[in-house]
Amino acid sequence: MKVLVMIKGSGADEERFTPAKMAPEAVEAMFAAMASYNEKLANAGILLDGAGLLPSSAGAKVVFEGGTTSVVDGPFTEAKEIIGGYWIWQVNSLEEAVEWAKQCPTDPNGVRQVLEIRPYAEEEDFGEGYTPEIKEREARLAEQIRAQREKA
Amino acid sequence: MDVRRTVEAVWRMESANLVIALTRLVRDVGLAEDLAQETFASALQQWPAEGVPENPAAWLMTVGRRRAIDLIRREQARAEKYAQIAADLGSQTGGETGGQSNSDDMLSLIFVACHPVLSRESRAALTLRMVGGLSTDEIARAFLVPSATMGQRISRAKRTLSEARVPFEVPRPDELPKRLSAVLEVVYLIFNEGYSATSGEKWIRTDLAEEAMRLGRRLAGLLPKEPEVHGLVALMELQASRFRARTGPDGEPVLLADQDRSRWDRTLIAHGLAELRRAMALGRPLGPYSVQAAIAGCHARARTFAETDWEAVVALYDALAQLSPSPVVELNRAVAVLHADGPEPALQALDRIGADPRMVRYHLYGAVRGEVLQRLGRLAEAAQEYERAAELAPNQRERSLLMARAAAASARDGSGSTA
Repeated sequence: MKVLVMIKGSGADEERFTPAKMAPEAVEAMFAAMASYNEKLANAGILLDGAGLLPSSAGAKVVFEGGTTSVVDGPFTEAKEIIGGYWIWQVNSLEEAVEWAKQCPTDPNGVRQVLEIRPYAEEEDFGEGYTPEIKEREARLAEQIRAQREKA
Repeated sequence: MDVRRTVEAVWRMESANLVIALTRLVRDVGLAEDLAQETFASALQQWPAEGVPENPAAWLMTVGRRRAIDLIRREQARAEKYAQIAADLGSQTGGETGGQSNSDDMLSLIFVACHPVLSRESRAALTLRMVGGLSTDEIARAFLVPSATMGQRISRAKRTLSEARVPFEVPRPDELPKRLSAVLEVVYLIFNEGYSATSGEKWIRTDLAEEAMRLGRRLAGLLPKEPEVHGLVALMELQASRFRARTGPDGEPVLLADQDRSRWDRTLIAHGLAELRRAMALGRPLGPYSVQAAIAGCHARARTFAETDWEAVVALYDALAQLSPSPVVELNRAVAVLHADGPEPALQALDRIGADPRMVRYHLYGAVRGEVLQRLGRLAEAAQEYERAAELAPNQRERSLLMARAAAASARDGSGSTA
């Protein structure tokens, strides 16, 4: 099974993990610890992909609510959990992903950090709402996209 | 979290390290594996009751070592070998508690599990057991044999290793290429057991293919300078990326040309193509796994069947035919020729291998030749070819598919001649 693992911290703590705002030694230590963790994941054969994200000050949110659409610029200092990066792992079970996640390097000052693990949905997980008609429609859509590409 | 599954997960992660550490102690990999299994049994018994320890790897290592040392002390009066080990034990100070093995140890374990004194089936079983940490039950289910049979196979394999005094070491550089290709063969065998299965429980089958990919990636980490290791990882990942698309709603096979490419696994494709680039970047002549991966890469990169770079595919099949000549490779090459150069050259390519005994009885040969004849407008011959292929088809599903094509060709032939 494939899982998405997101590493999160609080919006208020974000600056403490922003390399540009950290002491060079701290940045070096953080990257070194993360590099050996990634190496461990890769050597175990479970790491498929992963990346770090820029701080939320570089991002934006599009919010749909009550029929209106609004755009909120970062940083999201008020957010309880902000994604700082992610991995995609191939593991045998959620329990295995948890065991690997527990080995993630932590902040030396004990700042709260959360690893959220979410398995990928498969077609059979979509339940009865994912009817043959919808499947058929998606297949037709894929066909249409292909045809358009072929013409282009 | 389910405690039992947590124990199993920790076991999958740590068992190889434990077997390695115990092999260092008792100097017999089979015996070390037995001790490791006993340790696992203790964990299964204790953790659900007492909770999973803070550092499960260290717990396993401590308990495993204690069991090994008990055994050595018990046996030292009876056997000379253990007397020597016991003497050495006394001179050792303390014990390592960490679960990390160095890369040579891990490689040694893999090479021992895939040692040529063992049969291929035993190599696969032992690799899954000692390196992958699968249980006898899981391995038995994967290979569709009773658990007792698999248990015997594993015990016999361990005994064989012990009797042949197979050393726990990485092969010498002059032996490495041959031994490595035996390892890669085992990994690919495990993958294909999962990938090409038409029967058996679906989950264990997918699991098996995933296990093979994991083994391959681990090996790539241990031997980063060996192009064929990366090539094999790429091949497995690119093939597995099509898992979801290659069966229809009723479990019927969907051919590459008809697959819904939006259902291909993009993550696996990206990783597979990166591994292929790594294989090529090493700048050595490509081996058969890398070439097959490159062919799979041509398909993975094509957004539609029609957009496939068929010239490249033909060239790669030429290379593959040189590395590992076989009529099956020629048949696949003929398919690529059909799309690259048209039906006339494809027919010539097919006729060159038509007399080969392996092709005479092979339904896919007839299926391809029928298609080529149809493209040439030789519909009556196409129908005949499809019918012959249908008779050779291994299952009802493929038989009816080929009969339907035969009927379609006949019908078009009839309508063509009356028009």
